[in-house]
Amino acid sequence: MTTTTLNHDEAHHHDMPTGWRRWLFSTNHKDIGTLYLLFALIMLFIGGASAMLIRLELFQPGIQLLDPDLYNNLVTNHALIMIFGAVMPAAAGLANWMIPMMIGAPDMALPRMNNLSFWILPAAATMLILSFVVPFFPGGGTQINTGWTLYPPLSVQVGMSMDFLIFAIHLLGISSVLASINIIVTLLNMRAPGMTLMTMPMFCWTWLVTAFLLILVVPVLAGGVTMLLFDRHFGTSFFDAAGGGDPVLFQHLFWFFGHPEVYILLLPSIGVLSHVIPAFSRKPLFGYKSMVGAMLTVATIGMVVWAHHQYTIGMSLGAVTYFMIGTILISIPVGLMIFNFIATMWRGAMTFETPMLFAVAIVLMFTFGGLSGVMLAVVPADMQYHDSMFVVAHFHYVLMPGAVFGLFAGVFYWLPKWTGHMYDETLGKIFFWTNVIGFNITFFPQHFLGLAGMPRRIVDYNMMFTEFNVISSIGAIIFGLSHLLLLYIVIKTIRGGKKAESRAWEGAKGLEWELDSPPAFHTWTVAPQIK
Amino acid sequence: MSATQQLINNQSYKLKTASLTGILVAGMFFADISRAEYGINFPPPAADVAQEIYDIHMLTMQITTVLLLIVFGFVFYSLYYHRKSRGFQADQNFHNSWFGNWSWVVVPVMVLGVDLTIAGKADAVLKKVWDVPKEENILDVKVTGHQWWWEFDYLDHDIKVESRYVPEKESGDLYLREVDNRLVLPTGQKIRFLHTSADVLHAFWVPELAVKKDAIPGYVTETWAELNREGVFRGQCAELCGTWHSRMPIVVESVSPQQFAAWVDDQKAIKVAAAAEASADKTWSLDELMAKGKTLYDTKCAACHQVSGMGLPPAFPGLKGSAMVTGPIEAHLEIVIKGKEGTAMQPWGSLNDLEIAAIVTYERNAWDNNTGDVVQPSDVKQAR
Repeated sequence: MTTTTLNHDEAHHHDMPTGWRRWLFSTNHKDIGTLYLLFALIMLFIGGASAMLIRLELFQPGIQLLDPDLYNNLVTNHALIMIFGAVMPAAAGLANWMIPMMIGAPDMALPRMNNLSFWILPAAATMLILSFVVPFFPGGGTQINTGWTLYPPLSVQVGMSMDFLIFAIHLLGISSVLASINIIVTLLNMRAPGMTLMTMPMFCWTWLVTAFLLILVVPVLAGGVTMLLFDRHFGTSFFDAAGGGDPVLFQHLFWFFGHPEVYILLLPSIGVLSHVIPAFSRKPLFGYKSMVGAMLTVATIGMVVWAHHQYTIGMSLGAVTYFMIGTILISIPVGLMIFNFIATMWRGAMTFETPMLFAVAIVLMFTFGGLSGVMLAVVPADMQYHDSMFVVAHFHYVLMPGAVFGLFAGVFYWLPKWTGHMYDETLGKIFFWTNVIGFNITFFPQHFLGLAGMPRRIVDYNMMFTEFNVISSIGAIIFGLSHLLLLYIVIKTIRGGKKAESRAWEGAKGLEWELDSPPAFHTWTVAPQIK
Repeated sequence: MSATQQLINNQSYKLKTASLTGILVAGMFFADISRAEYGINFPPPAADVAQEIYDIHMLTMQITTVLLLIVFGFVFYSLYYHRKSRGFQADQNFHNSWFGNWSWVVVPVMVLGVDLTIAGKADAVLKKVWDVPKEENILDVKVTGHQWWWEFDYLDHDIKVESRYVPEKESGDLYLREVDNRLVLPTGQKIRFLHTSADVLHAFWVPELAVKKDAIPGYVTETWAELNREGVFRGQCAELCGTWHSRMPIVVESVSPQQFAAWVDDQKAIKVAAAAEASADKTWSLDELMAKGKTLYDTKCAACHQVSGMGLPPAFPGLKGSAMVTGPIEAHLEIVIKGKEGTAMQPWGSLNDLEIAAIVTYERNAWDNNTGDVVQPSDVKQAR
């Protein structure tokens, strides 16, 4: 420490606490990013375990493992833990790690709020897990058998575990909104001199849009579940027709949040792809501007098509026609994004390391999921697809490649930067193939199940559905277990491995690759000049 | 966990260990292939509009398949030719070419063309599906979802059908796709379904009719169909409605108008006979009421309270030795007739006096409850 007061501050910034203080009191974007990612990894395994139990139960007709309410409880928890516990925190972890390094900022704009927005999550996760566990204790009431959509009147019948869940959603919402505010403020104020919005890395753009979406829709969900809480305990009738309320109102509130949520999960991964594909194609991203335009269009149209999740509630002809056409039109910006990715690969000099393998899988499989989405958007045909296993297959094809594979690609792409070690490429490729093949065996047959007439969320089914359920469950075992390999690769890379250069990938571009691997605890304390 | 245990015992597929499961599955899987009952597409439609829905489904699937093949074609071409290991040099100016500068217009216009093709076709079908024909001789069937059974009211004929799943012992291969009383409908006549629910959300779905509509408490929504062939069409409840969502099959029996008329007459005769029996000024013996009560209890009450009377606590309380069932008769009658708000216990007041008397008598004397109480239909009449 030097003598002047000015330098005192600087010395404080370079202070790196050790032990539990480093993590609990952390205001460092890299440490908080790590915390987010570790949290997401733990949740991925909890949510994955519940998915494995669901598939084991559906392995054969009959009720073998889970009584019906426990099955429905697992269905609910699988969705909530994966969405709020795994995917969103993982995307926030990437944002925390990468955004300051990408825009040449020393840290996030609001470091203490950053700490708060992470440390709310373990509390929220505890509430979420309690909502699952409480019914197993004496006097704990009934299990949450509503699915993650929490539709009343069923959710009013559920015991106290629903209250735990409502408060968990409040906490998760607060965490997301705080993180979003932080990201918006950082991106709008902390860019290095010379970096304009239209030259900012695409990952930052996707997160800027995502953060605005979160701030717009999460409060609506919070309001909806609060009204549910009031209906349950304080004698209101927001959703009870007998008291002048409307059960469908909840569905509108839920999906006003729920549909943009799909894009919230998707966009950060689109951002990752916009870095991975150019890096391994060794040429710039095709159509930066049209990418930004497409993303803004997706976010805008995505806000106003929510009722396509509710085609069967009996809306008027005018309303369903509007929601159908609006939904089909989303294929335009999404199609443009996919086109831009293919055009980036076109006439490139591609190599296929693990991040690129995931990127290619996303382009192919997300296109597939998107096209089955166009089928679902067609109202008359949706009279058959709605609430069948076809829908389950569709949204897993959208969310696994669209969101989770994107996160995997990002983790493999930036792991050398974070740890300073190259991961084991062979193991990475084995993980990719078992993961992708397992996924397709699991979810492809579910299209057939849905078309043949199997509803979703049933614990027991007629033997006419046996064959594809058996295939699906075998795929799920491969798919589920493959994630243990991911865990092993990550731990192995953290502990050691080939030293990573600052530019870990030949074609990688961007400010983050100018920094050492691993980067210093504080980076870009002097902002770089962008020409 | 005795309730769970019982559930497990009810099933014929008892798989003790994981390894045994694996062997059984492999065996069953290959054995089942020969039977090939599984479907990979919609079942053959049984109504003209359902056929149009089937056609639009096939059309969009074909269009999307072609698009998918185009995307796959370009990607795989690129993956093969544009790779570093083949010595391909990246074209650093590809995005600055004419194509690069105008693709943001070209691609959306092409996608828009596809979208409008699909939306245009869909719109025409949608109008037919949504606009319920206004005709004098349309057959109105009110479909009410209950936890966990369906009620079909033939409004024109004053007939009510209660339709419940049939346990595996009796339904065999059709388990979860078979009901005790089917929804009998005539061919060649337009039928309007009026959907509502008595408790939580349900959804009425019969794939052959291509009809799916949510049952929402407080709402009455409508759909329609005109059956064009006779047959038995099976569907299931499609909206998660709690514990036994999987046990709400719907079976439509499509018959000729003549057979339908005969069926209606039969149902009316049955109804008249039941009403006569219930209103007969007769004092019923314990044994008579117990026999009647057991049948009624096992169909109407056992889904929640279980045949054993043990219930599925905490959601569905057991009745064996319960304070409600062994306590005052008045309170017992009241909860059966009026239900209990905020729980899955629904009002059963629509049953006739004799039926309620039989159920209450049965509950008070079965499973060693042995209160010795005999509740007469006249007691029920008083309690209403």
